[in-house]
Amino acid sequence: MTSGDQLLIATPEGICFSLKLAGPMVRFLAWLIDFLIVMAASVLIGLTFGVFGLLSPDVASAMGIVSLFVLQVGYGIGMEWSRQGQTFGKRAMGIRVVDASGLRLQLHQVVMRNLLRFVDSLPLFYLVGGIAMLLNRSLQRLGDLAGNTVVVRVDRAPAPDLEQLFAGKFNSLRKHPHLVARLRQKVSAVEAATALQAVLRRGELEDGPRVELFRELGEHFRAKVEFPPDTVEGIADEQYVRNVVDVLYRTTDQLGKRAAKELEPADQLPVGTTMR
Amino acid sequence: MIIDIEKFILQERPFWTELERMVGRFDGASRKAPTFDEAQRLHYLYERTAADLGRLTTFASEPELTRYLESLMAKAYAELHETRATTARWKLIGWFFQTFPKTVRRNIGALWLSIGITIVGALFGGAAVALDPDSKPVLMPFPHLLQDPAKRVAEEEQSRGAQMDGAKTGFSAELMTHNTKVSILTMSLGMAWAIGSVVLLFYNGVILGAVIVDYVLAGQTKFLAGWLLPHGSVEIPAILLAGQAGLMLGRAVIGWRDRRGLRSRLRALAPDLVTLIGGVGVMLVWAGIIEAFFSQYHEPVLPYAVKIAFGLVQLVLLTVFLWRGGRKTSNPEAEV
Repeated sequence: MTSGDQLLIATPEGICFSLKLAGPMVRFLAWLIDFLIVMAASVLIGLTFGVFGLLSPDVASAMGIVSLFVLQVGYGIGMEWSRQGQTFGKRAMGIRVVDASGLRLQLHQVVMRNLLRFVDSLPLFYLVGGIAMLLNRSLQRLGDLAGNTVVVRVDRAPAPDLEQLFAGKFNSLRKHPHLVARLRQKVSAVEAATALQAVLRRGELEDGPRVELFRELGEHFRAKVEFPPDTVEGIADEQYVRNVVDVLYRTTDQLGKRAAKELEPADQLPVGTTMR
Repeated sequence: MIIDIEKFILQERPFWTELERMVGRFDGASRKAPTFDEAQRLHYLYERTAADLGRLTTFASEPELTRYLESLMAKAYAELHETRATTARWKLIGWFFQTFPKTVRRNIGALWLSIGITIVGALFGGAAVALDPDSKPVLMPFPHLLQDPAKRVAEEEQSRGAQMDGAKTGFSAELMTHNTKVSILTMSLGMAWAIGSVVLLFYNGVILGAVIVDYVLAGQTKFLAGWLLPHGSVEIPAILLAGQAGLMLGRAVIGWRDRRGLRSRLRALAPDLVTLIGGVGVMLVWAGIIEAFFSQYHEPVLPYAVKIAFGLVQLVLLTVFLWRGGRKTSNPEAEV
């Protein structure tokens, strides 16, 4: 199932997880990188067999023709199959091919999606494939449809170093863990991400719009959970939003990882441990 | 409800890390199969992580952690719920001599249709050349076919096969790659409701019919048979099989007599299509070798009778191979 730019997969356990679909432009750039790599390799093959041709022009010509064909058809198949759905171009652009149902990618799927490039690339520059992608909610070109694959983003963006932003700073909200827990429950992922971006990019904003932005965000988050007056009294809107971001993100990411490191490698439960 | 998120993470992260390690090990390039104990542990860790993700998305807003767990779940889900046979033990010989002919027979209706469309095209092309010889340049866009057949036969017999000297290997490679590309295109165009595959099959038939009638009317039937049969007895069936794959793909896209969704239909069909086009590729490699190194020799170097006999024997062997290949002799009724 597709929702917006995400592929949603519901498991039999009742869990739904999402994969972010790669858009046409990022896929085009990945293809462009692969195209340049194939071109460079083709030139190399041409030069190699050109030299070999001094000995036997006929055999060198045949080997050159077959090598170029294998390179053009086999590059995508070989790379995507051996490197978990990624060619060099896709790796550079942070995308990969996956099974449309979230299952393991099979060889025949990789072969199908690559063979159908012959049609997708018609009449030139993947016009047919591009139109098919725009008409398809899962952004599948014809090869993806036939192979039952989708191309998704591989999230590689490093998490912002919140430790540097917030470490050692007092956060009055932390005095009320039950209210912090309620805040976490009520704030959506999009709201949390918006607040984080506002904090991280405050330096890019003019004074007036920045004050206005944090006022609106502050009001928005204050309405979610009401903290005791002595906790929030005298705190500017921007500071309040920073505190909210701190409790939303830092506990899980930085503190969690740090604590987990401290725990390793103890606490590994034996096989058969029941769930609490 | 998760009150203390830090405690929750501290408690659960070791399991997530263990799951990540296990999935990474089985999902790697070697695709090593887990032992029974490992599979049990993997299942336990998967279910536990699924429960954690459920709790997290229900009771807390943790975008980074949710994203991490979703990514982990996606990998583990692919590993655990995949029921299709692995292709790690794929064997070329068994695939070509067993799976390929069985796949052809399993979808024999599409092959008959492919043959039918080509025959209609051949009749059209033959009739066009017979009734209007001036249509040759339109129907046969190949320079060597446009000249007078009798003149070409005389030239080729006089050259005694020397016209390709020093270029046979390259010519062979060109034929293999070109015909394989045409076959892939014929199959791929099945995505356009098979219209493209039908057009290509019909067009191939038109060329074939036009050439046959042109040479027969010129009294060069023996040369034609001796020239076409050695490689054509494999090359033409290969194109027909590619057409079969295209028609199967078109049928799946249309959903004719199939109530499954498009995705399910294509999912079920893809292995057969890959098998067919792979088999076609092998056939075209053979046809390319024969066309470059055998078909180009004519009388007096090679008697036409030998060439025709070779082509006919090859055609019979191919038919028997596709008709009988992969059948279990002990239980013939269980076949197909």
